[in-house]
Amino acid sequence: MGISETKIESIETDLLIIGGGTSGCLAAVKAREKAPDLDVLILEKAHIERSGCLAAGMNAINAYINPGETPESFVEYVRKDALGLIREDLVLSMAQRLNEVVQDVESWGLPIKKDEDGNYVSRGRWNIKINGEALKPIIASRVKEAGVNVLNRVVVTNYLMSEDNEVIGAIGFGVRDGKCYVVRAGATIIATGGTAGLYKPNNDGSAHHKIWYSPFNTGGGYAMGIRAGAEMTSFEMRFIALRIKDIVAPTGTLALGFGATQVNSLGERFMQDKFADMGAEGAPTPIRVYGPTREVKEGRGPVFMDTTHLTDEEVKELKASYLNMYPDLILYWAANNFDPGKEPIEIEGTEPYLVGGHAQAGYWINTRRETTLKGLYAAGDVAGGAPYKFVSGCWAEGVIAAENAVEYIKNKQESKSEQSDLTKKLWDEYNRIYAPLEREKGVKPREMEERLQKVMDEYAGGVSRYYEMNERELKLALKNIKRLQEQIEFLKADNLHELMNCHEVVDRIDVAEVLVNHLLYRRETRWPAYQTRTDYPGRDDQEWLKFVNSRREQDGVKMLEKSYEKLVK
Amino acid sequence: MGVEVNKDLCTGCKNSSEPVCVKYCPGDLLMIDDEGKAAIRSMEDCWDCMVCVKLCPHKALETKLPYQLADYKARLVPEIYRSKIIWKTEDIEGQCEVFELQTKTEDSA
Repeated sequence: MGISETKIESIETDLLIIGGGTSGCLAAVKAREKAPDLDVLILEKAHIERSGCLAAGMNAINAYINPGETPESFVEYVRKDALGLIREDLVLSMAQRLNEVVQDVESWGLPIKKDEDGNYVSRGRWNIKINGEALKPIIASRVKEAGVNVLNRVVVTNYLMSEDNEVIGAIGFGVRDGKCYVVRAGATIIATGGTAGLYKPNNDGSAHHKIWYSPFNTGGGYAMGIRAGAEMTSFEMRFIALRIKDIVAPTGTLALGFGATQVNSLGERFMQDKFADMGAEGAPTPIRVYGPTREVKEGRGPVFMDTTHLTDEEVKELKASYLNMYPDLILYWAANNFDPGKEPIEIEGTEPYLVGGHAQAGYWINTRRETTLKGLYAAGDVAGGAPYKFVSGCWAEGVIAAENAVEYIKNKQESKSEQSDLTKKLWDEYNRIYAPLEREKGVKPREMEERLQKVMDEYAGGVSRYYEMNERELKLALKNIKRLQEQIEFLKADNLHELMNCHEVVDRIDVAEVLVNHLLYRRETRWPAYQTRTDYPGRDDQEWLKFVNSRREQDGVKMLEKSYEKLVK
Repeated sequence: MGVEVNKDLCTGCKNSSEPVCVKYCPGDLLMIDDEGKAAIRSMEDCWDCMVCVKLCPHKALETKLPYQLADYKARLVPEIYRSKIIWKTEDIEGQCEVFELQTKTEDSA
């Protein structure tokens, strides 16, 4: 199909939420509860029933204030886990809402495991066990009941901006109908998640999507912010997950739920032997990836999580726990005749992701979750500065963003003038969206994705480089990314699904450029593995206990610094 | 990696506006082919979330891991009920295991 056949669909709404994952859905429900007259619209790339990170389910809530803990003790823990640098105002304001949102979702139908006294069953300091196979459908039902409008299968590509740089909506296209959607909104919440697919994955070819983070989270929200000149923070704090080898399933269940410890090929409990001063098995999350990665690099691999102490009954319980979240692990064990009660489970680090909910890459926001672009709020993995959100923190942030976006709409002066050249800008974006369908020859999105992933793997600290990098390599990465940016005009799609794939790779190229600039700028190693600079191997609190921010301007990515503020003792 | 469609069981859900597998796949990977049956665009792009396998009303879909990771023949079959899911696994030696897990609280289901 060509541009001439495409129709434009114009929509007006009060509150636009881009991304109907777990954060966006909670934001939508809260906005309708707070202001029942408000017209709330979710634009979702897939279908909210099973989209985002929770498609397969979840087996625990990992950010919950258990009895004996406080929001302040949570902040203290998260600060230590992130090696001293977090936005304490954001983490604290999120922590204060965690238990409330968990109880809300429980009341919508989520089964949370309870002991005989009716207390939640904890699994570590901040964790409670759930039966979350249907977590996303439960939330999606509540969205429907709350009277939220949802447009599924719409890929948003850019914001609409007013004359004075306010976000006044967004533009995108339908993956089913091919229509161009132009949505004008009183306020907008971005909740599109983080991004996978920047780096070459652990598995390739037929298993290239056998990755931990959702391969369908492709950095659209980051990229739209970058292109609109929003200030971004901490992209250099990549997230690398310690996962079960091959199938890339989470290991928190093994460590927290079943007391498994890390061992190397010599049977040494290396976290206890070598990282005792940092907390051994309880060392900060980056160190728990750096430790085993170093064992492998130095020839003491493979590394395992030892589950051989588990009884048959416990193994069955472990399997049940994974079926609630990563069911394919159980198929993998069945196919390879593997019994975790008899053999230890091999683990490895994943390729790096950008995720504001585990690490802290994302929009620079204030405690109202307002970005540096007027009228735009951010929640969940796309929002920066507050790691350790996980599912419940994304809910809390969605709720806070919604409350403030509703206030913003109420207090707003009557419609701001649109940019005088908005029509021209709309047509430019329209042409940018559909151009890959017009090309007869060119580069397929998968080819461009592979090129990007190879460059990032080799020059910006991927799996094959044990996550290490230096200035020379990073500059080569930038040079290659700039070449790729010039190749975008050759991207070609044969259908609407591939058109979506084209924009997913374009977005990731824009994100990669900002990421590499951040990695270059921080001249220390603060988060080993997440950010290992071989040319600046030490942590330097004197100079670098501060945030690295950036804003893309006409002539390139401009780097900024923001100070760290300690709120909690 | 991806899903195998049993073309004998798949009806293409002709009476619905959009078959559930096509409707809900988070990666937009399922479609209806020229014969009117479900088909996956690219096996390698599947995340193995098993949403389509769980929801197919005709049990016509089955998750297959990529051969580079897993031996042939093992199975994992989910059956969804109002407030629970039953998983049946069969390993390569034919040993079976069954798991029954709650998915929704009773009063909400």
